[in-house]
Amino acid sequence: MRRRAFIGGSAALAGGLAAAPAAAQGAVEVSFFYPVAVGGPITRIIDGLAADFEKENAGIKVKPIYAGTYQETIVKALTAHKSGTPPVTSVLLSSDMFTLIDEDAIVPFDELMKGPDDAAWIKSFYPAFMFNSQTGGRTWGIPFQRSTIVLYWNKELFKEAGLDPEKPPATWDEQVAMAAKLTKRDAGGNVSQWGIQVPSSGFPYWLFQGFTTQNGVDLMNQAGDATYFDAPEVVQALQYWVDLSRKHKVQPPGIIEWGTTPKDFFERKTAMMWTTTGNLTNVRSNAKFPFGVAMLPAGKRRGSPTGGGNFYVFKKSAPEQREAALKFIKWITTPERAAQWGIDTGYVAVRPDAWETPAMKKYVEGFPAAAVARDQLPHAVAELSTHENQRVTKALNDGLQAALTGTKSPEQAMKDAQAEAVRILRPYKK
Amino acid sequence: MADDGSGRVAPATLIHDSSKERRWSGAAPAAAIHGWLLLLPALALLALFTHFPAVATLIDSFYSTPRGARGSVFIGLDNYQTMVEDPVFWTSLVNSIWFALGTIPISIALAILMAAWVNDRIAGRTLVRMAYFTPTILPMIAVANIWLFFYTPQYGLLEQVLGAFGAPSHNWLGSRSTALLCVIVVAIWKEAGFFMIFYLAALQQIPPHLAEAAALEGASRWTFFRRVQFPLLMPTTLFVLVNAVIGAFRTVDHVIVMTRGGPDNATSLLLYHLYQVGFSFWDTGYAAAITAVLLAILAALAFGQYFFLERRVHYR
Repeated sequence: MRRRAFIGGSAALAGGLAAAPAAAQGAVEVSFFYPVAVGGPITRIIDGLAADFEKENAGIKVKPIYAGTYQETIVKALTAHKSGTPPVTSVLLSSDMFTLIDEDAIVPFDELMKGPDDAAWIKSFYPAFMFNSQTGGRTWGIPFQRSTIVLYWNKELFKEAGLDPEKPPATWDEQVAMAAKLTKRDAGGNVSQWGIQVPSSGFPYWLFQGFTTQNGVDLMNQAGDATYFDAPEVVQALQYWVDLSRKHKVQPPGIIEWGTTPKDFFERKTAMMWTTTGNLTNVRSNAKFPFGVAMLPAGKRRGSPTGGGNFYVFKKSAPEQREAALKFIKWITTPERAAQWGIDTGYVAVRPDAWETPAMKKYVEGFPAAAVARDQLPHAVAELSTHENQRVTKALNDGLQAALTGTKSPEQAMKDAQAEAVRILRPYKK
Repeated sequence: MADDGSGRVAPATLIHDSSKERRWSGAAPAAAIHGWLLLLPALALLALFTHFPAVATLIDSFYSTPRGARGSVFIGLDNYQTMVEDPVFWTSLVNSIWFALGTIPISIALAILMAAWVNDRIAGRTLVRMAYFTPTILPMIAVANIWLFFYTPQYGLLEQVLGAFGAPSHNWLGSRSTALLCVIVVAIWKEAGFFMIFYLAALQQIPPHLAEAAALEGASRWTFFRRVQFPLLMPTTLFVLVNAVIGAFRTVDHVIVMTRGGPDNATSLLLYHLYQVGFSFWDTGYAAAITAVLLAILAALAFGQYFFLERRVHYR
């Protein structure tokens, strides 16, 4: 008897897992994996949004599931996909688009959309954010929590160094010259304060893409099957980054930790730093001095890669689930909600009309720095993203770190990285 | 010296049980079946969660990685060929060997030293024991975050101490030459206290009359340790050694938190590389091949240790 009950129970459980959408009197259940990559009560905000959506849309149950970091979330989502029951939708890195396509895990939004309203909706986002969301003429991701790199500077230290505290560097040359004035050395040559820090741990390729874009060169093509790591302009960009530490000695030598760079800034160990706009709220609450936020300085042009997460819809889900997911994604990216999400987190609101909402206008008025990332968007390019994305970016990361630690010359490092990328991408060349 | 202090019950020695020497010679078949039935639940779990995955991994390592519509096909030794040509694999293997050589002897030596000390009757003994054991209780992620602060350039703890002596600033985790060393130090700090517990338990098992006899003979403390205590600790040392070797190839959390394998793979350990191939690159076929090699290395080391060291171990 007990045994039978056990078997019955597990069968019900298995059935429940497989046929979750059919349960609860026809309510469509949309499971939704999301990562948390910045500070703040993200989980509470997401749960609140899901509850609000359910109130307005009877018959749809949104089940938000916190899944860890971006990396952990994609591991969970893809593992679930391979076992046959992926989430219906998930927020994952925009640069993982090709990985998800290659795994045959997601459906393009073109297959879900109906009518001109939906087509207009796709066009309502900043084009800079769509670079990483479209390939082969189709839209695979919808921008949600997106960011770019900006420069933060300490106005107090600028004043101390005799610089205009309201004028951040606008060009590469100014960046070096100002950083030199901001670097403090004692008689023994020990540095107590650095001019600038551009972090290089973990994902140096992202910050490097700032330098390459400013030097007027792309790192990959839109089809995601070719990279240009050994182009002369790329080597030049790397040389500039390496020289900040090596030649000009205005940046700490070796690898600069991404995680502690904001702390270095708060502790006045560096007068300027490059980091994500996602750190805006963090800096605002922790910097004990007046600070400024600026677009990255221009080389041949201004430029920064975009970053952050997109919504994807998974293939192995029922049509009514996909439809419900689309409804939810459209709901959560309306101008008002995109604006509120940006204000709450520090991410860049993903569509121009979000910046015209009263809430956002009021926020920007009180805190103009919030608009810098938006103003930089016309100069922004797609984050490095190719087939076998993580493997290709690792090849580039290894090369960058080898050059920054002095094991290889910039030229050699980029030649090796390119050779490795070509080898990895060979099967994807048509 | 080797008194067991407050008369509290010493923890049981953990490894050697003499029953393994016993043989079933004339047992009746019914008893044998009975015995096997008793073993069955554990055996089933072991087979399901240990042996089956190991064999499945080995089989997977001969197949290509399925991608989307392309299924996996038998490709023989291609994954192993990839491994031989993969420079990051070799860097990681060499790093793992240095990591093992760096952590194991020092943490074992420290463990013995600490155990011998807190086994004596000293003031605040419980407090010292607890202090030594604390790193073991802390989660590795927390530990790595603490040490991340120690190693931070300029205002980190290490820098402030060295700076007070006028040493120049150094980017500890950000230089190829020191990053692995830093990771090794964290592992030693974390593991030594754990191994100390085993040695402490073993030391308390040593009968006090041996110490008294040695004292009567006028043996020095060092002679007593070398001729009496250390040989009697050999079973524990073997156990700790096997665990330390496995641990050295199995720890990866602090690498993920502190360096993510960088700079330029200087701290990429074999298991970290495996994790990347498996869960960042999604190349499951190749990951299976690396797993098979890692398993082979660990099995060889464990067998080697038992085979060669067993002879030098006295079981009482």
